[in-house]
Amino acid sequence: MSLGDRAWAAVPAYFKANDVRLVAGLLLGTYVLYGVSSAFLAAVNNASMANAVINEIASITFLIAVYALLALALNLHWGYTGLFNIGIAGFMAVGVYAMSILAASPTASPPGLGLPVPVAVVGALLITAVVGGLAALPALQLDADYLAIVTVGLSEIIRLVLNASYFAGTVTDPEASGYNVVDVFGITFGTGGGQGISTPSSGPARAIYETETGLTPIGEVVYGAADAAGVGTSVVTDGTYALVLLLGFVTAYYVLLSRIGNSPFGRVLKAIREDELVARSLGKDTRLFKIKVFMVGCALMGLGGILWQGSYGYVNPNTFRPIVTFYIFTALIVGGAGSNTGSVVGGAVFAAFLLEGPRQVAGLVTAVSQLLFGSLPSAPNFYAAMVSLDPLTWLGYLVDSVAYLKFVFLGAVLVYLMQNRPDGIMGHRKETAASVDLSDRTVRGNGGESDE
Amino acid sequence: MVLSDTYSDARRTLVERPAVVLLGLVIGYLLVDLAAKLAGTTVDVAGVQLLGGSTAVSQVARYVLDGLIVGLVIGLAGVGLSMTYSILSFANFAHGDYITTGAFSGWFAAYLVAFVTLNVDAPFGNVFLVNAPSLVSVVNAPLAVLIGLVASGVLTVAVVLFLDRIVYKPMRDKGGIPLLIASIGVALALRYAIVFVFGTGTRGVTETGSIPSVDIPVVDGYVPLNAHEVTLIVAAVSLMFGVHFLLQRTKLGKAMRAMADNKDLAQVTGIPTERVVRTTWIIGGGLAGIAGFLIVLERGTLNYNIGWRLLLLIFSGVILGGIGSVYGAIGGGIVIGIASRLSLVWIPSDFARVVAFAVMILVLLYRPSGLFGGVKTA
Repeated sequence: MSLGDRAWAAVPAYFKANDVRLVAGLLLGTYVLYGVSSAFLAAVNNASMANAVINEIASITFLIAVYALLALALNLHWGYTGLFNIGIAGFMAVGVYAMSILAASPTASPPGLGLPVPVAVVGALLITAVVGGLAALPALQLDADYLAIVTVGLSEIIRLVLNASYFAGTVTDPEASGYNVVDVFGITFGTGGGQGISTPSSGPARAIYETETGLTPIGEVVYGAADAAGVGTSVVTDGTYALVLLLGFVTAYYVLLSRIGNSPFGRVLKAIREDELVARSLGKDTRLFKIKVFMVGCALMGLGGILWQGSYGYVNPNTFRPIVTFYIFTALIVGGAGSNTGSVVGGAVFAAFLLEGPRQVAGLVTAVSQLLFGSLPSAPNFYAAMVSLDPLTWLGYLVDSVAYLKFVFLGAVLVYLMQNRPDGIMGHRKETAASVDLSDRTVRGNGGESDE
Repeated sequence: MVLSDTYSDARRTLVERPAVVLLGLVIGYLLVDLAAKLAGTTVDVAGVQLLGGSTAVSQVARYVLDGLIVGLVIGLAGVGLSMTYSILSFANFAHGDYITTGAFSGWFAAYLVAFVTLNVDAPFGNVFLVNAPSLVSVVNAPLAVLIGLVASGVLTVAVVLFLDRIVYKPMRDKGGIPLLIASIGVALALRYAIVFVFGTGTRGVTETGSIPSVDIPVVDGYVPLNAHEVTLIVAAVSLMFGVHFLLQRTKLGKAMRAMADNKDLAQVTGIPTERVVRTTWIIGGGLAGIAGFLIVLERGTLNYNIGWRLLLLIFSGVILGGIGSVYGAIGGGIVIGIASRLSLVWIPSDFARVVAFAVMILVLLYRPSGLFGGVKTA
């Protein structure tokens, strides 16, 4: 019995009864772990406990939500259709940049089109869908590993083009030598180049509580309560936004993808995954299906990018390095490609334990050793730590380098999963291409002759 | 007879592959334009500059030389990628980090030697972490460079064989995609294990003040070529010839070619597959490591991202040359290197890598067997 099977067997039957309970139970467990650990850290550091706990839970909720969103979108490509798309970061970048450029004021630097934000978001999704449709063209004729190279190349092309000063739009004087505003039929815009670009909104949930002039009625109540508990207003707005993402958008993605998956369209996608030749032999124009699924999936990735990177008020091209794609892929693989519940579970497990877990553990180790031996000695570099011959200094260096060791851990997890459990936690839930339950072997009694 | 065949072939291409024709036209236009630019003439049609301009011949020669140098490194590293692709049937995304491993292990060794042979002021800790600025050149410490070159190969081979033992060997039969994903895991773990020891800083490692440089005269100027670049070219070319002789003249080389061409047939014939796989890793890993050492020798700076940034260019080269072909990988690498530098004649430098990736995507779409027509390692 592998580690994964044992972990699965240890989950109480109550949570396994249905998917909502499973995800809720997972979130609850995560919150309890993070709540206890951040409360402990706050107590050690003499900080406000309520603020620390809610802040930690809000930030982990946000990460869980965005990774679940993107893993769901990727599930449509990889889990359902078997298209090995590792250009996710590029499509996220297209979404975020398209929204920012459409919404930026024409007089700003870089200039934009000045559309209202909702229109800009819809426009950005359409643009991402079109780019996704173009990216699908290679997918029509390439094997999975070639497609991987093409999509990662495409995502780097997108990032490099956004990074180039040639289209930056930062020099708006047409007479100046470095004039770099893009001018298409009189519509001028720019990408901001390496300096990055402002996104229309930072803290999108703030509108619920605040207006230009003061607080809304809800804001007065909630901010008042938060203030009484010692929780900062930014923690409240961040937490609200994370909650909206988790309850609103993740649910919407889940419902949408489940409906796509169970529709005739979805069954063709799964048939393509299983054996494209068979799907073609049955008269399905698989090329059209691939283009469509690329457009839908990329638009969903674009929206995921907007909700995630578009919510900080500022973004630059280096946010969209291929590492982001690998994060999302890991999330999906951990959860189990081919199952929407698996995608959500994977997003949650990845964000809570693989991505943020090491940092949290390092914080706990620091706090505990502070209680036991006073603060940990810190070494400026590996050599200094090594020649100190002091286990505490080694521990201090390990804790300081946790941001890098996290990746080593992540890599080891990927290798372990591929060797031992390539289907992920929920791999057994991979949906088949059939519309009926294939494991259901009950013989229907009505009609037909019996053997006797 | 032959002529008419060629003619009908060309006609078929024209009708069936319009995109190929378009690509050919674009390349043809660029070549004519380059010729016009070199000649310093312009062709105007109705007031619109159609082609031409002026570019110094020496400038173009510099681009070509730069491209050749980068291309040799890409080609050298590409040999291993192409071989693992054909023999183990997966795209190894960790190959870039084998280059990084080679760069760090080689320069680590070179610095240790330099600490002994040169009169170094810096504390040993800084030398150990390759942090002491700009110590080594082929002139002041040829021994350090030579030992670094050997160490980059040997240590990378050790790391590569260890990784094969713990990661890839247990999953030989799992298929391309699980292996590809595992290799992404290996890439991350290896890169950040290096960061754990050496840190994320970019450091200058070569002493540039005293290295001799010759100016090769070209029509209207000169092209500088320094000793480090010469070292790179000599080392890369001789290693490529070494690989050529190994593949063509030894029994193991023949076995490798056989296995790349048809794995099942090779196994049936009694070729020891595991030994061939191990040799593949040794040659591929060693060349990748040495390529990493050489590119740092030429550029002068070392950081943990160097291999990952080269990886897609190497993929471009390998795909251009035809996956599985060692000579294709070398040729494709050189073409990609020169194309990405020569493209600077037309476009800003921000887009040099964009051009290389675009070439890769176009080749995959329209000629997946590579420019040299899918000639295998034979």
